[in-house]
Amino acid sequence: MSRSDMSALPDAVFRSRPALGLPLLVSEISVLFRRRRTWAMLASLALIPVLIALAVRLTSSRPPSGRGPAFLDQVSQNGLFVSFVGLLVSVPLFLPLTVGVVAGDTIAGEASAGTLRYLLIAPAGRTRLLIVKYLATAVFCVAATLAVAIAGALIGVALFPIGPVTLLSGDSIAVGDSIVRSLLIAAYITVSLLGLSAIGLFISTMTDVPVGAMATTIVLSVVSQVLDSLPQLDWLHPWLFSHYWLGFADLLRQPISWDSFGSNALLQSGYIVVFGALAFGRFTTKDILS
Amino acid sequence: MTSLASEFAIRTEGLTKRFGSQLAVNGVDLRVPSGAVFGFLGPNGSGKTTTIRLLLGLASATSGEIELLGRRMPDDLAAVLPEVGALVEGPGFYPYLSGAANLYRLDAADGHATSVTRSARVQTALERVGLSHAAGKKVKAYSLGMKQRLGIANALLIPRRLLVLDEPTNGLDPQGTREVRSLIRLLAGEGTTIFVSSHLLAEIEQICTDAAVMSVGRLVAQGTLSELRGVGGARVRLESPDRNAAITVFTRFGMTVAEPGPDGTELLASFGTLEPAPDTVVAALVEAHVRVFSFTVERPSLEQRFVDLTGEGFDVAQ
Ligand SMILES: Nc1ncnc2c1ncn2[C@@H]1O[C@H](COP(=O)(O)OP(=O)(O)OP(=O)(O)O)[C@@H](O)[C@H]1O
Ligand SMILES: [Mg+2]
Repeated sequence: MSRSDMSALPDAVFRSRPALGLPLLVSEISVLFRRRRTWAMLASLALIPVLIALAVRLTSSRPPSGRGPAFLDQVSQNGLFVSFVGLLVSVPLFLPLTVGVVAGDTIAGEASAGTLRYLLIAPAGRTRLLIVKYLATAVFCVAATLAVAIAGALIGVALFPIGPVTLLSGDSIAVGDSIVRSLLIAAYITVSLLGLSAIGLFISTMTDVPVGAMATTIVLSVVSQVLDSLPQLDWLHPWLFSHYWLGFADLLRQPISWDSFGSNALLQSGYIVVFGALAFGRFTTKDILS
Repeated sequence: MTSLASEFAIRTEGLTKRFGSQLAVNGVDLRVPSGAVFGFLGPNGSGKTTTIRLLLGLASATSGEIELLGRRMPDDLAAVLPEVGALVEGPGFYPYLSGAANLYRLDAADGHATSVTRSARVQTALERVGLSHAAGKKVKAYSLGMKQRLGIANALLIPRRLLVLDEPTNGLDPQGTREVRSLIRLLAGEGTTIFVSSHLLAEIEQICTDAAVMSVGRLVAQGTLSELRGVGGARVRLESPDRNAAITVFTRFGMTVAEPGPDGTELLASFGTLEPAPDTVVAALVEAHVRVFSFTVERPSLEQRFVDLTGEGFDVAQ
């Protein structure tokens, strides 16, 4: 088709009513998951429960109760615990690390690749782009958490016996119920990572150097956890975005206690609102000179 | 507004952009007529790319006003930009995606571009820049010229009313340069206004109808190509042994004799405000018994005008 043919066609062939941004979101997610880096991170995350399971399987002696991560002593009795241990181990560092990479890359990565100016000229719309970037990061949070949970479940089934799970409250639940609990924990951890994602998004609007934004985001997640461990800063703890990160044990009681889930969700929403607003303020007024 | 829309595709009023203490763009009043192929000239660092960023709403002006296709920028950005295709300071792509995937991505970013015809449009755009065969190749494996072509393809995904091309032939081979030139002519023929920045003057001379020259952030000249060339005036190069008689004739026509040639047989005379027809001048010379060995009317090249306007120096001004 030559250009002359094209210009003879009605406008509707090329343009439609402005879409809400769904095509851009689909494209954003597909670009994210077409990067080798994304899969490398998901694979590393999946490796964590696998390593744990192998370590437990290969050492004949049962680890003494009370040493190592919680539930570790249960793993050899019941493979379903591999997921729990994997998630517990990943929350402080590995998950924030990968989320920091993705969130820090959102805007700064586009700027450094030179694609940001073309997205904005398209025009993607600055607000729309920011929202799409955040949603894609949230999708990554889900994928990252599920990578650990699913890899843990699979390797647990492969290496250990499966049976009813004994909860922290002493009650026993069936295998099916324990899968639901695993998914709940995955949801809890995903929510936990949303505040950090918003912080990363904001930092990413401040620079054209993605590595800088990634490193800053990851460092902040560590700083938050360090501050949370200092008893002198008791007053600050409920405001730290990492405060409820390990609070998902409540979901392993019978009946389920939703308190920490609620507090966590509220706190994370606060971070999303504040840092979302900061990112918006910064990005919509920023000169794109990259 | 509507009358302006049909008259000028781009109009700026006192457009200014300050970086710290430096005025990268300083009081620029651009007038790009609708339907023109407009050359935007200027040495390195003169503010061409910065002006383009301001036009497209990538950066905000320190002061001044912009009208694109008859609408104010950046207020009407969402309505204007779908009608504008652009290449700004070189192409920018995702190296880990193929050329075609990159175009899909950027097309999806335009909320107005319909997804129904997306793959056909991407294919057509790739064909037009001669990249069909490399469509599936990852962009990190593209050469500089291939990336540049892909950047132009991106600007052509949808028929546009205005194309803003910042140095479109940068890095292209001679064939590529020629193709871009004929592509620009073709698009212009269909009524697309084309705003093309370049420092390749020969290129601008070949394709542009209008031009503007930037120097140190200021617009130092603007107009149709013949207006721009004309300001310096044409001159006559005469080869003749009868120097004095020739000077008398030239003076009669209000021409000023600039310099005698090295061997004393060559004369350079520039026209005054009136430009008499060359044949009248030659007839007068012959009548005055001046032996004419050769007689040439020279028009200053755009390059000469460009150097006159922006200075000889090689150093970047700022
Ligand atoms: N991000 C920036 N911060 C500070 N100064 C800048 C920035 N971008 C450009 N400038 C300055 O603005 C001036 C104009 O730059 P611009 O990129 O518009 O030039 P140009 O005419 O496009 O040059 P070239 O022909 O080399 O592409 C230059 O002096 C440059 O140093
Ligand atoms: Mg430039």
